[in-house]
This record gives sequence, structure tokens and C-alpha cells, in this order.
Amino acid sequence: MSTRTLFEKIWDAHVVVAESADTPAILYVDLHLVHEVTSPQAFSELRERGLKLRRPDRMLATLDHSTPTLPAGSDGERPYANDEARAQVTKLETNCREFGVALHGWDSADRGIVHVIGPELGATQPGMTIVCGDSHTSTHGAFGALAFGIGTTEVGHVMATQCLLQRKPKTLAIHVDGQLPKGVGAKDLILHIIGQIGVDGGTGHVIEYRGPAIAALSMEERMTVCNMSIEAGARAGLIAPDETTFAWLKGRPQAPQGAAWDAALARWRQLPSDAGALYDREVRIDAGKVKPTVTYGTHPGMAIAMDAPVPAARNAQERRALDYMHSEAGKPMQGTPVDVVFVGSCTNSRLSDLREAAGVLRGRRIADGVRMLVVPGSEAVRRDAEREGLHEVFIAAGAEWRVPGCSMCIAMNGDLAQPGQLVVSTSNRNFEGRQGKGARTVLASPATAAASALAGRIADPREYLVEVAA
Amino acid sequence: MQPVTRIHSRTAVLADENIDTDRIIPARFLTTTTREGLGRLCFHDWRYQADGSDNPAFPLNQPQARGCAILVAGRNFGCGSSREHAPWALLDYGIQAVLCSEIADIFRNNALKNGLLAIMVSEAEHRWLLEHPGIELSIDVRGEFIELPDGGHVAFQLEPFARHCLLNGVDQLGYLLQHADAIRVFEARTGETA
Repeated sequence: MSTRTLFEKIWDAHVVVAESADTPAILYVDLHLVHEVTSPQAFSELRERGLKLRRPDRMLATLDHSTPTLPAGSDGERPYANDEARAQVTKLETNCREFGVALHGWDSADRGIVHVIGPELGATQPGMTIVCGDSHTSTHGAFGALAFGIGTTEVGHVMATQCLLQRKPKTLAIHVDGQLPKGVGAKDLILHIIGQIGVDGGTGHVIEYRGPAIAALSMEERMTVCNMSIEAGARAGLIAPDETTFAWLKGRPQAPQGAAWDAALARWRQLPSDAGALYDREVRIDAGKVKPTVTYGTHPGMAIAMDAPVPAARNAQERRALDYMHSEAGKPMQGTPVDVVFVGSCTNSRLSDLREAAGVLRGRRIADGVRMLVVPGSEAVRRDAEREGLHEVFIAAGAEWRVPGCSMCIAMNGDLAQPGQLVVSTSNRNFEGRQGKGARTVLASPATAAASALAGRIADPREYLVEVAA
Repeated sequence: MQPVTRIHSRTAVLADENIDTDRIIPARFLTTTTREGLGRLCFHDWRYQADGSDNPAFPLNQPQARGCAILVAGRNFGCGSSREHAPWALLDYGIQAVLCSEIADIFRNNALKNGLLAIMVSEAEHRWLLEHPGIELSIDVRGEFIELPDGGHVAFQLEPFARHCLLNGVDQLGYLLQHADAIRVFEARTGETA
């Protein structure tokens, strides 16, 4: 048999009906993640047509986007941004009850951002196909699963048939050679990669991240990298499963147990791309050259090392982007005054991210006039962080410690910045108005976010890490 | 879905590259639980001024752009979030086709499933269309060509199944449901039984 890539192995194993010139493949979906924003219209469609869910046992639902991150009041009322947000959450609760879907809702000890809890529960596993009405579904590719975002019409397709109509995408290998320098992390790496290949550099492709610098990443770091694949326009991002993956998954509630674990492990070890397997495109990145990286414009491809000069605008809309951001060509982003700092989102809200931010903040106070929000990705992350006392580090530094949710990443729950404010954010999108109308977003790592909160300006976290070491 | 065979309209141009789905419909409007009525929110933060009046600088607010059903947009239109609210909002606003040299994957897929023609043309043709706002075009889905005012044709390609569904108003969920036997066989073969 000819050599195959990781992507091709997963694809082949899920083809129900092969594609032809006239018709796309029918692809089977192993895991369907659901949240309140992109599902109500799909449930309505099923109801109108008198259809049932084909595999409710293959669905995992949670509340994350429209949910307040301030706790319920003494009367038990949650401080929703508005009645529509409350109604949307209630709608998912009633839909899940009516259709028999397991919902990790307000009363669940596992509730959290859908892309954080899937892996935490062990629901995300190598070799799976995973979809969600959410573009950051690419996160789950960190486990060697083919995971991608779909629209609400397709959410309905999966609900009713457990299948999707799909044309086979192309493959793009991104080889990351060398080793990330000390104080430079996965977020810096993925921002650097998107800065290199562009905001549409992955369109039509599934990316496989490969090479020694990728193999050296922890699972949390791999999730950060795969999470932002969509920001390069890619259908999905993948990393081959290895011992790091297996060790992380072992013993998780929905991971296989006992003999089933051994059988799964044998299957999963067959997944990595065969030697000599061909990709449609290949790109090489030198990890040793990556520095603390931030964005300077209004899409994630406008990313540079924070000490590098902002490039001159090449056209009208780059000029518009620089104007919107108040970024000045020729000047570095480092040193730019900061109003708000956000640590959270499906990109960077896991325990290791919070540890990274707390490591910089410990024993220090954030600058006067800076507002800092720290929003854990899930109830499990919140519990673990509080067990370690990280929340005390954040609160002592002057930051707000919140309840899990998407929060300021998408700013649809009332957590937002004011017009003109500059936000250093560990999230994934710096689009105009993404964090509030007129708000200016600079994407960065948790360490950079924390250092910038301390300095009141965009700051290199390595300066603070050196002090701690000394 | 109603069949879509031919669209005839003047063009309106939004030349910016990378117009993301947050710009098409800001996230704070995604708390809706229906598909209807999103046209008034389309391009909201670009289209209106702070006091709610029309922003005269927004190209689609120009008198000559009113009523145009064909949007010529800068490269990589629809990047970002997977929200199907973006094509729902565009359609309700009156846009029936988006012409571009490159369209983001998820948006394109969502658009075609809703009868919004998301059509990619060559870079040279795209440049020409960007430079000629307000021209009358006919988009022929069956023949896969755009007819220019001088009678010239610009060819495009739609994914064959998407084209078939557009022309015949095919319900894709209905098509999938017809394959229930194949899905059952797949589940039995792979041990994927409920």
C-alpha cells in the first residue's frame, strides 16, 4: 500500500461513501461538540422536520459563549449581558433535555469552553473526526484528530445523520525545525507561523505541524498551535499522536480503559504519517528564530516580534489597519501603552497558561490604570488553579479572577473593552471590534500578557523571568 | 432551498481584503436563536455611525450601491468564525452573490448551502471587477459564467454538487438521509453502533 499522511489515514477510515466527480464524500463524524450559539437553528430544523438525533451518545454540549463570567448573585441569578443571551442559554438547556443530549451546563463540574473540556474529559482522541459549529474546533487536532468547524446547516446534518458532505482538502506540512528559545512559547510560535504564511496561507488545506520543535511541545502547547490553524485559513491543524499524547489521555473519564486502552494505543500508534508520505505543500520554520511575538494590525497574519519595527502599509487597507490600531510603521510594538489585559479563551486558558501568567505576576502588582481579566477555560482548570493558589496570585496582583467561559475573546457576554482601548489578549482574533466596538486587540502569549499588565506597556516577559531567576 | 439559476444586478464593491465574519455581523448579535431578520445587522459597525445614522463612508451606503445584489469583495472574504449568521445576514440584506479571487472555506461552504453564490474568479478578473463598481452583470449558474455589459463572458467553477443543489433547489440533508443504509453499514463495520 502506498504511503499516507496522518490526515489521509483519518480521512480514509471515515469515508461512508467515496467522493466522485459529481458528489462529495460522505464522511462519518465520531464526536460532535455543541454550544449555545450555533446550535439553536439546527435543533429547530430537526424539530420542524420531525427528525431525531442519530447519535446523541456522540454529542457533547456545553455553555460557554453567552455565559457571564461573574458568579451568580445571592439570589442565584446569573448576570447575563441581556435577555437574549439568557434565552439562548435556556434554549440549549431545553433542546438538550428534549433531544437527549448530555449537557455540561451550569450545574456540571466539567462545564467550560467546549475546546477545553473535550480534551479534559478524554472525549477527544487520536484518529477521530470531530466537528463543532465553531471554527476553533481545530484545537482538537493536537491529539491527531481531524477536527474542524462547520456552519449551523451542517450542525443539523451531523445531528440527523452523523455525517457530513465533504470534498477532500489538500495537505500542508509545516516543519518546525530546531528548538524554541527560552521564554518563547507555543503562542509566539503560531503567531510567527501565521505571520509567515499569511492569514489565508492555509486556505483549502489541512495543516500537519511536524518536526522536533513540535514534538517537544506539551499537549497544552500543541492545542494552542492547532487552535489557531483557522487563523491561517486552514480547514484543520494536526499533530501526530505520540507518547506525550498517550500519557496525557490515559485515565481521563471518557478515554478507553483496560484492554480497550491497549487496543486503542495499538491503533493510535499506526496514525503518524508514513515515511516518505507526500503533502500538497510544505513550509519550513526555524523555531530558534522565534521571539516573543505580537500582532500589530487587524488580522492574525499581521504578526511580528515585539521588538521588530512595524512594517509600512503596502495598500489602503493595511493603512486602515495601522490607523485603527494606532500602530506606527517603523516603530516596534514593545512599549505601546496598554489599557486592558485578557488571559483566557480556547487558545490560552488551560492550567499551564495560567501558571505561565502567574509566574510573571507572582509577588508583583499590575500597573495603575490597567484592567486585567483572568478567565479559566473550564471548571476543572478553575479548581486546579485554585488548589495551587494561582487565583491568589492574580487577585494579589490586581487582576480579576472569573468564572469559565469564552469571555473577552468574542465579547458577546458583556466582557468587553471600550472604544479605543488597547487590549493585550491571549485569544486568537484581533479583528476590528472583536473585543468591543472600537477596541484595539494585540494578540500575545500569557507571559507577554502578564508582563504587559505589570509594565502598563507591551513588554517582553523574559525581562521578568530573568529577575525571578536572579 | 429555492433553486438559484441566474442573478442579474449591478455590482457594489467592498475592496478591503480579509473582510472577516465579525465585520459582516459582530459577535454581540449572535445571541439570536433564529435565522431571520439579520439584514439590519449586516456590516453593523461599519455601516452605522455611533448615533445609529448611516455612515456615509461605508461603500454600500452610497446611493449607487443601493439595491445591488452582487457584491465584489477584496480577497479572502469571510475569513474568521464559522458563524452561518454571516451568509444569513448578507442574504437578508439583499446580497445574492459574492465575487472574489479567494473566499474563506467555511464561509463559502455556508454561503452555498443557503443559496448565496460565493464565486471565485481569477485575480485579473477580480482586479477588473474591483475597478468597475456599478456595472450590470448576469451570473449564470448552469453555464458557470458571468456575462459582462459588453457581452463578454467570465467563466467560473462551482463545486459540482453545490451547483447541482443550487440549480435544483436540492435539500442536502434530504440527500444525506437517503444514504441511511450506507451509514448503517459503516457503523456496523466499524463497531459504531449506538
